[in-house]
Amino acid sequence: MFKAIGIAAAFSLAGSAAWAQAPNDAQIAHIAYTAGVVDVAAGKQALEKSHNKAVRGFAEEMVRDHTAVNDQALALVKKLGVTPQDNPTSQGLAKGGADKLRALGELKGAAFDKAYVANEVAYHKTVNGALSATLIPNAKNGELKSLLQTGLKLFQEHQAHAEHLAMTVK
Amino acid sequence: MTSPHLWIAVLAGAALAAAPVCGAAAARPRTAAVYTVTIAAMKFGPTPAAIHVGDTVEWVNNDIFVHSATARDKSFDVELKPKARLRTTFHRAGTYPFACRYHPGMTGTLVVAK
Ligand SMILES: [Cu+2]
Repeated sequence: MFKAIGIAAAFSLAGSAAWAQAPNDAQIAHIAYTAGVVDVAAGKQALEKSHNKAVRGFAEEMVRDHTAVNDQALALVKKLGVTPQDNPTSQGLAKGGADKLRALGELKGAAFDKAYVANEVAYHKTVNGALSATLIPNAKNGELKSLLQTGLKLFQEHQAHAEHLAMTVK
Repeated sequence: MTSPHLWIAVLAGAALAAAPVCGAAAARPRTAAVYTVTIAAMKFGPTPAAIHVGDTVEWVNNDIFVHSATARDKSFDVELKPKARLRTTFHRAGTYPFACRYHPGMTGTLVVAK
C-alpha cells in the first residue's frame, strides 16, 4: 500500500516531541518550502510517467501552485532578511519525498496513477495537519503567517481534488 | 451621481455596443455598469448586489495562483492568470453560481436582473 508513511512520521514528530521548543520562523519557512519542493518533484514525475488526462491535469496544478507558493515564500524570506534554516522535520520530509519518488518510479500505467494519487491525498492531509497544528500557530511574522494560511487553503483544495481523483482513477 | 462606479458613463457606450441583444429590450435607457470581483487569498470577494443585463463584471486575480471564474452552466469560463483582469458581460438575466475550475471550493454566485 502506498501511504506517505515516512512523511507522516516526520510531521508527527514536528507536531510535538521533536521540538523541544516551538519551531522558529526560519525553520517554519524551511519546512513549508521543503513540503512544496517534495510535491513539485512528485508532480513532475507524474507528468513524465502518466498518460491519464485527469492525473496529468492534477499534476500540472500541483507543480504550478506549489511553485507559486514557494516563489512567494522565497521572496518573503529575502524581504524579511531571514535565512531558512534546515531542521530534522525538513530532512524527514525531503527523505520521505525521495523514497516515495523511488517507489513510484518502479510503477507504470494505472498502477502508477493510483499510487501517485493515493500518496497525494495522504501527503496533503499530513502537510495540512502540520500547517494548522504547528506551523501556522508558531509563525511569528504576520506576512509569513498569512502566506501559510493561504497555503493551507490552497492545499486543502488540492487534498479535495486528490480525494475526488482517487475515486475516479481505477 | 451617488454611484461609486465613476467609470460607468464612460464605459456605457462600449458595453452596450458589445451587447446588442440588450438594446431592443431596454424600455428605459440605463447605463451599463462595470463591477469588480476580486480574488485574493484563495477566495472570491463579494459579488455586486444589483447587477443588470448589459452590465459587466471585471474579474481581478490578486492571487499568486492561476484561478478561473467558471459558471456552473458554462455560460462563462474565464481563466485568470496571477494579476489578470478580465471581463464578462451579462446578456441574460439569471442566477449564475460559479467556481474556480482548479480549486472548486472557491465559489460565488452572481444574480443578474433584467
Ligand atoms: Cu482557484
